[in-house]
Amino acid sequence: MSSAATKLPNIERHTIAVLVDNEAGVLARVVGLFSGRGYNIESLTVAEVDHVARTSRVTIVTSGTPAVIEQIEAQLRRLVAVHRVHNWTTSAPGIEREMALVKVTGTGEKRVEAMRMGEIFRCHIVDTTHTSFVFEITGAPSKIDQFVDLMRPLGLVDVSRTGVAAIARGPEAM
Amino acid sequence: MDKDGNAPGSGAALEKYSGLPTRDGAIELSGAEMVIRALKDQGVKHIFGYPGGAVLPIYDALFAAEGITHVLVRHEQGAVHAAEGYARSTGKPGVVLVTSGPGATNAVTGLTDALMDSIPLIVLTGQVATHLIGTDAFQEADTVGITRACTKHNWLVKDVNDLSRTLHEAFQIATTGRPGPVVVDIPKDVQFKKGPYVMPDAIRHRTYKPKTDPDLGTIVKAIDLMANAKRPLFYTGGGIINSGPEASRLLRELVKVTGFPITSTLMGLGAFPASDPQWLGLVGMHGTYESNHAMHDCDVMIALGSRFDDRVTGNIAKFSPDSKKIHLDIDAAQINKNVHVDVPIVADATKALKEMLHFWKTQKRKVDAAALKEWWKQIDHWRERKSLDFRNSQSLIKPQYAIDRLYELTKHRGNDVYITTEVGQHQMWAAQRFRFEAPNRWMTSGGLGTMGYGLPAAVGVQMAHPGALVIDIAGEASVQMTMQEMSTAVQYDLPIKIFILNNEYMGMVRQWQQLLHGGRYSHSYSEALPDFVKLAEAYGCLGLRASNPNELDAMILEMINSPKPVLFDCRVDPKENCYPMIPSGAAHNEMILCDAEEEGTKVSDEGKMLV
Ligand SMILES: Cc1ncc(C[n+]2csc(CCOP(=O)(O)OP(=O)(O)O)c2C)c(N)n1
Ligand SMILES: [Mg+2]
Repeated sequence: MSSAATKLPNIERHTIAVLVDNEAGVLARVVGLFSGRGYNIESLTVAEVDHVARTSRVTIVTSGTPAVIEQIEAQLRRLVAVHRVHNWTTSAPGIEREMALVKVTGTGEKRVEAMRMGEIFRCHIVDTTHTSFVFEITGAPSKIDQFVDLMRPLGLVDVSRTGVAAIARGPEAM
Repeated sequence: MDKDGNAPGSGAALEKYSGLPTRDGAIELSGAEMVIRALKDQGVKHIFGYPGGAVLPIYDALFAAEGITHVLVRHEQGAVHAAEGYARSTGKPGVVLVTSGPGATNAVTGLTDALMDSIPLIVLTGQVATHLIGTDAFQEADTVGITRACTKHNWLVKDVNDLSRTLHEAFQIATTGRPGPVVVDIPKDVQFKKGPYVMPDAIRHRTYKPKTDPDLGTIVKAIDLMANAKRPLFYTGGGIINSGPEASRLLRELVKVTGFPITSTLMGLGAFPASDPQWLGLVGMHGTYESNHAMHDCDVMIALGSRFDDRVTGNIAKFSPDSKKIHLDIDAAQINKNVHVDVPIVADATKALKEMLHFWKTQKRKVDAAALKEWWKQIDHWRERKSLDFRNSQSLIKPQYAIDRLYELTKHRGNDVYITTEVGQHQMWAAQRFRFEAPNRWMTSGGLGTMGYGLPAAVGVQMAHPGALVIDIAGEASVQMTMQEMSTAVQYDLPIKIFILNNEYMGMVRQWQQLLHGGRYSHSYSEALPDFVKLAEAYGCLGLRASNPNELDAMILEMINSPKPVLFDCRVDPKENCYPMIPSGAAHNEMILCDAEEEGTKVSDEGKMLV
């Protein structure tokens, strides 16, 4: 993920939102553009956001030099099914959130410690057995990274993350 | 849509169509009939195609159709290249019709070629019936999946109600903005089903709105830079050709009013007349000494419809280090892609050139005449190097000499001569030496470098220009890749001339092996060549062979005077290399010239990594 890439000089992490027509194959076009031109995808989320206009919003976290990021935006704009492209990193920063489900197994001391951490991170426990918990956690991706790291010695067995959703602060739309 | 009970409407639009008007006034047609109707409504006169199971309903509708000529090729790649030749020589889109599965996969090379060179094509592919999609049905291929990366856009039309709209959209997207190929994949059941046909003018795309008007602020910045330039240079490309003949006319005017020198990419040849004293010749890897030195030393570069391709720039780190760069392109993604530019103009070339000229004149701009005079003096000095000179021979036909003779013996036909090429040394010699005075006369595979392009492209060009002299300057290796289209040429009486510079080598490969790989000519010798004269005869064409310089002229005249398609086996010096050359990894002022031939020493290790 991002850590290796960010060590290289000039490599920046950007969150880009793409509003597309929700037509067949549109996600393949976006993903194919990234793979075909050798751009990174660190995370990607997609869902229809307007069921009447049938538009979907794709949020992509990517990394690259400023020149590469400029190319990514320009290449995305060329896709016929794309309405709009917005870079949340170069514009006034928006709010970024990600949700994760984190499964931890264990008993005794470790189990108590995991639960305590879960409280500190404001997780919900959405499933529990005598030997396991599933935490639901929402926050910035770095917060989730941090929580997952803390769970590792406490019996982490499974993680499912949604990828980033982003929106502007204030009254403006994308 | 409603199809019951309505009597045939007023008539005119309906003749020859079986459709009845629906309540909202649209006529009802089968999917196959819609295809033909849409082609007619889009003004299509010729299509290039090959039938098969999944397009039989469309071929059936074509059987009775009037006003559309179908050219039956011998391989679907040939259909696409023919359509490219047609498009490039007319400015109109090329149309292709092929079947599912192998028909579609055979079209992929042509699609990629058209995408790289921005050629407008509408490629219609048959698909297995919708209920069979995904079942590995006979001749099923994921055509939209396969062609997603080699089209500007593509569609799988699963509902006949979407078909006519999609077809019109396909034409709009292929021909506007930066042109390119599109694919419409039509399942067989959709071809049979009936639905309402909508007219082209009813179509407005939801998201696709290419920007073609220049931002006037950038135009003024550009002419500011130009007026203050001491060592300016126009560097023009295929975008001028694609924008239409008016762009070439405006370019000529702008070059005249400024007095600046001009060079061009491979794709842009013909936009500016080669006979003009301000013309410096081709730029890039095999460009002239004066063009490349001017690129390196200029202080203002005016890039118009060119895209800083690696064949032009050479080593980016050493590319034109001291220039301010103006870049006009219709595709915003080209700006700052390979080279950082100072004044980007995103617009259609015709519109931008018009504004540049307008502001130049109304603001009464003047060039720095004293500096320009010095610059021309420097350029004339470079010109004296005569970088296209070669050592001619009494006994062997030099390929450069063959092209010079071909040019000299055809130039009286002026703009009635159309040249296509294959890919290799012959292509570069043709680009360096054949002199084009008008746009749309030069058809070559630039971006993809597709061997086998030229022969079928010539078929398409000749189809569009029946009386013209259409010559494919070919190599003996390339021409064998699509040779079967000679049969198409014979079938349709297309007297194309295939002028093969037969050096018995994949010459360009051999040249690189000589310069970069210690003269180890691994698999680059053209062994077991066919007898091209007999091959011509077998196809029902005229076959000619010249091996000696003093028989060449007579043979060329025989070729151009023949009413038949011709295969001309021109036996040339097998060892000749194409110079000047910027070796991989080098800068524009580090060219190898023909009289300074050095073997294997000039290319750095990094250079060897490049293609
Ligand atoms: C389809 C395809 N395959 C391979 C190549 C690589 N290639 C470039 S030039 C060349 C040799 C062409 O030989 P020929 O047609 O005889 O032309 P010459 O260079 O001898 O003039 C080859 C193999 C290519 N450009 N296209
Ligand atoms: Mg050859």
